[in-house]
Amino acid sequence: MPLNVQAVGLSYPPTAPYVVSAAKIREFADAVGATDPAHRDAAVARERGYGDVIAPPTFAVLIAQQCDAQFVADPDMGVDFSRVVHGQQTFQHHRPLTAGDTVIGVLHVDSIKLVAGNAMVTTRSDLFVDDELVTTATSMLVVRGEDA
Amino acid sequence: MTVRTATSVTKGDVLPGRTISVTRATLVRYAGASLDFNPIHWDERTATSVGLPDVIAHGMFTMGAAATIATEWAGDSGRVVSYTTKFVGPVVVPHDGGAEVILGGTVTAVDLETRRVTVELTATCEGAKVLGRALAVLQLD
Repeated sequence: MPLNVQAVGLSYPPTAPYVVSAAKIREFADAVGATDPAHRDAAVARERGYGDVIAPPTFAVLIAQQCDAQFVADPDMGVDFSRVVHGQQTFQHHRPLTAGDTVIGVLHVDSIKLVAGNAMVTTRSDLFVDDELVTTATSMLVVRGEDA
Repeated sequence: MTVRTATSVTKGDVLPGRTISVTRATLVRYAGASLDFNPIHWDERTATSVGLPDVIAHGMFTMGAAATIATEWAGDSGRVVSYTTKFVGPVVVPHDGGAEVILGGTVTAVDLETRRVTVELTATCEGAKVLGRALAVLQLD
């Protein structure tokens, strides 16, 4: 089944809440080599005015990919996951994600472009904490065509 | 750690870079931390079956590692207002020895009114670009 180009403009229901933990922030910071003590020491983070340890700027991808999974796994979309390549990624932060945040993501399909047999799909995950928009993560996924 | 001031920054300033070693263990650790378990990032049989030369690093791993160049320079990783990149080339990570990725950054814009500074980050592997037009906007003091 080819990719469903009718999906442009579609939004998915809010995701189940994801609770950001200090342990996950530390794991993620270790994994990308982020040495800022504000990822590990709540006292340092509080001194800078944050409520608790803060996540590195790309941590939001963890939640955004859970949002994207709704689109990729949607049987109505016709996405062959083995043909998906990550083309581009953008984050806009209103504040850093912080330990203790309960995050709800809302996925939007912003555009689908067909280029040389490939589909370029732009999805946007708006991440909310207590109804406040904290981060927007925009992903461009390239779905390679059958002959590409 | 004090946060850098926008007035101390000039367009063209070069940020301290570094070379990182990326091994299969690095990728397994990132997979676990990010919950991205796509097997092309740790299983070479899967990677080669979809036409890749070998296991490749997560694009988001390199994006995350490159961010540290900007955040360490800024003095607070919570100051990233926006961060964008294209993924233009893979980091191929062989079983033996892994790969080396060279990270760097240059200031491309300074807005003294908002105290926001734009940094273009770079990541190269075997002489080829991994990230394309990687721009981080930082809110400085």
